[in-house]
Amino acid sequence: MLIGHFTEQPWQDDSSGLMGTQSTDLGISNSFYNPAVGASLYNRYLDEKLYAEEMGFDAFMLNEHHSTPFCMQGVTNIGAAILARQTKKAKIIILGNVLPIWDDPLWLAEQLSMIDMISYGRLVSGFVRGGGRESFAHNAPPHFNRERFEEAHDFIIKAWTEPGPWRWEGKHYQYRYVNPWARPLQQPHPQIWIPSTVSVETVKWTAEHRYPLVLLATKLEPTRDAFQLYHDTAKENGYKSGTQNLAYLFKVHVDETEEKADEVARKYLSGVSNPFLAGNEGQINPAIMSLPGHTSRTSNRLQAAAFGPAGRFGTNRRPYEDQVEDLTIISGTPKTVLPKIRHVLEYLRPGSIFFWDGDGAMTHEDQMRSLRLMGEEVIPAVREMGKELELFSSFEVDPRTGEKIESAEEVSS
Amino acid sequence: MMAVNVGEPVEQELVLANTTVKLKKSGSGDPLLILHSEMGNAGWLKYQQELAKDHTVYMLSHPGCMGSDQPDWIMNMRDLAGWYLQAIEELGITPMNVIGLSFGGWIAAEMAVMSPQTFNKMILVSATGIKPEEGEIFDIFGVTPQVFQQKSFFDPSNTSEYQIVCPDELTEELALEWEYARESTCRVSWRPYMYYPALPNLLNRLKNLETLIVWGSEDEIVPLNSGQIYNRNIQGSRLEVIKNCGHRPEIEKVGEFLKLVKEFL
Repeated sequence: MLIGHFTEQPWQDDSSGLMGTQSTDLGISNSFYNPAVGASLYNRYLDEKLYAEEMGFDAFMLNEHHSTPFCMQGVTNIGAAILARQTKKAKIIILGNVLPIWDDPLWLAEQLSMIDMISYGRLVSGFVRGGGRESFAHNAPPHFNRERFEEAHDFIIKAWTEPGPWRWEGKHYQYRYVNPWARPLQQPHPQIWIPSTVSVETVKWTAEHRYPLVLLATKLEPTRDAFQLYHDTAKENGYKSGTQNLAYLFKVHVDETEEKADEVARKYLSGVSNPFLAGNEGQINPAIMSLPGHTSRTSNRLQAAAFGPAGRFGTNRRPYEDQVEDLTIISGTPKTVLPKIRHVLEYLRPGSIFFWDGDGAMTHEDQMRSLRLMGEEVIPAVREMGKELELFSSFEVDPRTGEKIESAEEVSS
Repeated sequence: MMAVNVGEPVEQELVLANTTVKLKKSGSGDPLLILHSEMGNAGWLKYQQELAKDHTVYMLSHPGCMGSDQPDWIMNMRDLAGWYLQAIEELGITPMNVIGLSFGGWIAAEMAVMSPQTFNKMILVSATGIKPEEGEIFDIFGVTPQVFQQKSFFDPSNTSEYQIVCPDELTEELALEWEYARESTCRVSWRPYMYYPALPNLLNRLKNLETLIVWGSEDEIVPLNSGQIYNRNIQGSRLEVIKNCGHRPEIEKVGEFLKLVKEFL
C-alpha cells in the first residue's frame, strides 16, 4: 500500500475579504493577490511536504489549477522539481499535467524527464484533460480537448522511449525534430497515473492503457462503481486488474482531541471559495464548466447514468455534517479515524491512498499537528491494514500484468 | 420539383461536399442563400417567410449543427468556407445572393474573398470575422446560451419572436440545437476568437461585389466598428445602421431589415 499526502495549496489571506465568502469561479480579480502573502504560503506548503516525508508518507500528490485562489499551484512541475531536489524517498505523484493546454508537449516531456532524474526516479507522471476552467484560463480549444490529450500523451511516451531524432506530423502537434537531450531515469518511462472525477470515457481509456486510476474525493458508492467499470474494462481487454490499478483521494484530518479535530475539519469549508469543497464552494460558472465540445455527446449521457445529472458537483455540494456522515471527510483522533479509514479501504480496495489535509482555512499549525499524529499513529496502523487486506500499490504489483514486482522493496521502511 | 409552401420550409437531408447535411428550402424565384448564426437555425421566422415570397430561400445547417454531420477535417474558417463553396456548387445554385447572419456573415465574407464570382450580391448582418479597432467581440463561450441570447437583443421583451428563439421554458430540442451550433462554431472561432486577422486586407479584393452591411446601433455582441471596417474595406459597400436594435436585426427589427434587404436585392 502507498500512502500519500495532498493539499490544494489554497490561497489564504484574511485581509483580502475572500476567506469564507461565496464567489463565482473565475470571477475574482487578481487585484486581491498579495505577492508577499503568496511568498510565505508557497514556502509553507513546501515545508509541510518536507515534514510529511519525515513523518513517513510514501508520496506527495501534486496538482495544478489556473487563475483561481483555491489552488495556488499554477505550475505543478515547479513544485515537483523543488521536491525532487529537497526530498529523498517519497514518490512525487503529479496528478496531473493538463495535456490539452500545452501547445508544446515536447517541452513538457523534457521537464518531466528532468524531474525524474533529479529525484533519482521518484516521478509518477499523471496526465489530465482538465476542466473547462483550465481550457478557458489558457485559451486551449475545448472542442479538441480529448484529441489533444490523446495525441500529446502518445507523443510524450514516444519522446521518452524512441531514440531521436524523428518527426511528428500529427493533427494537433507537429515537429520536424524530436530529440530531447533529457530522458527519464525510470525505464522505459515513469508510471502514468490518471486522475478522474466524472468521465466514464476517461475511466475506460485508463483501463485500456493499464494505467492506475485515481478517483478524486468522490463519494464512496460512485467511486466503487467507477472502480468496477475499470475492472470490467480490464477484463474486456484481456488482463486482470487489482488494487495496484486503483487509488483514492479523500479528506482526512487528525488532531489531538475530538473537539479540536471537529473544529479544524470545519475549516475545510471556510477558506476561499473552492468548487471542489462542499460548503464554501461558491458559484460554479456553468458556461465555463461546460465549454462546447469539451465533453463528448456520448460521454455526457454516460456520466448522467453513472454519477447523476449534476455529475461530480451533484455529489459534492453538501454540508460538513453530511460529508462526515458518508466519510468523504474523516476527522478525529487517531483512535477514531482508523476504523473509518479501514471501512474506506475495505469498501473500495485501492492499492494507493492520499489523505487530503491542510486545506481550506487550516493553518500551518493545524497541518503540522495532523502530520505528526499521522506519522506517529495513523500511517503505521494503516500500513498494517494494507498488508492484512492485501492492498498492493503499482510499485508492488505490476498494474499491466498483475504480477508481483520482484525488485519491489517495502515502499516505506 | 416538389411544390414549396412559403410558410414552412421543406426539409431535406442530402449529401453535399461529402457530408450529410440538412437543408431547409422555401419559396420561389432566384436563389437566396442564408447562412445562419452561431446559435443554429431553429424555427422558420418572419424574415425567412417574407424573403421566400420573392426568392427561393436555401438554408443549410452548418456542418456539425443539428442534422448535419461534422467533417473531422474542418478545423478553421478557411476549411469551413471552402466546404461551403463546394456544397453550394453541388446544389447548383451559383451564382446567387447571400445573407450572412453574425457568424454566418463571417462565413459569407470568407467565401467571397476566396471566390468573388460565387455571389451576385452579399448582405452581411452583424457579422463577426473582423477584429474591431474599438471594443471587443463579446465572448459567447463565457456565458450560457440563454445569457447570450438575451444580450443579443436590445429589447427582448418587445421583440415578438423572442420567445421562439429563446423561450422561458427551454425544450430539450432547442438546448441541443444551441449546443451543437456552439460546438461547431467553437471549432473554427476559438483562437483567435471570432475573427481572422488578415480578413480586412483580403476584403480589398472585392471590387465588383455589391455588398450591403446591416448593423444594430445597440449591438453588444459585435461592435459597430467591425461593420465600419467591413464597409471601409469592401469597395462600394453600404453600411446601414438600424436604431434601437441589438445583434439580431432580422428578428428584432424585422420590418426595417426587410425593407433594406428587399430594396437592395
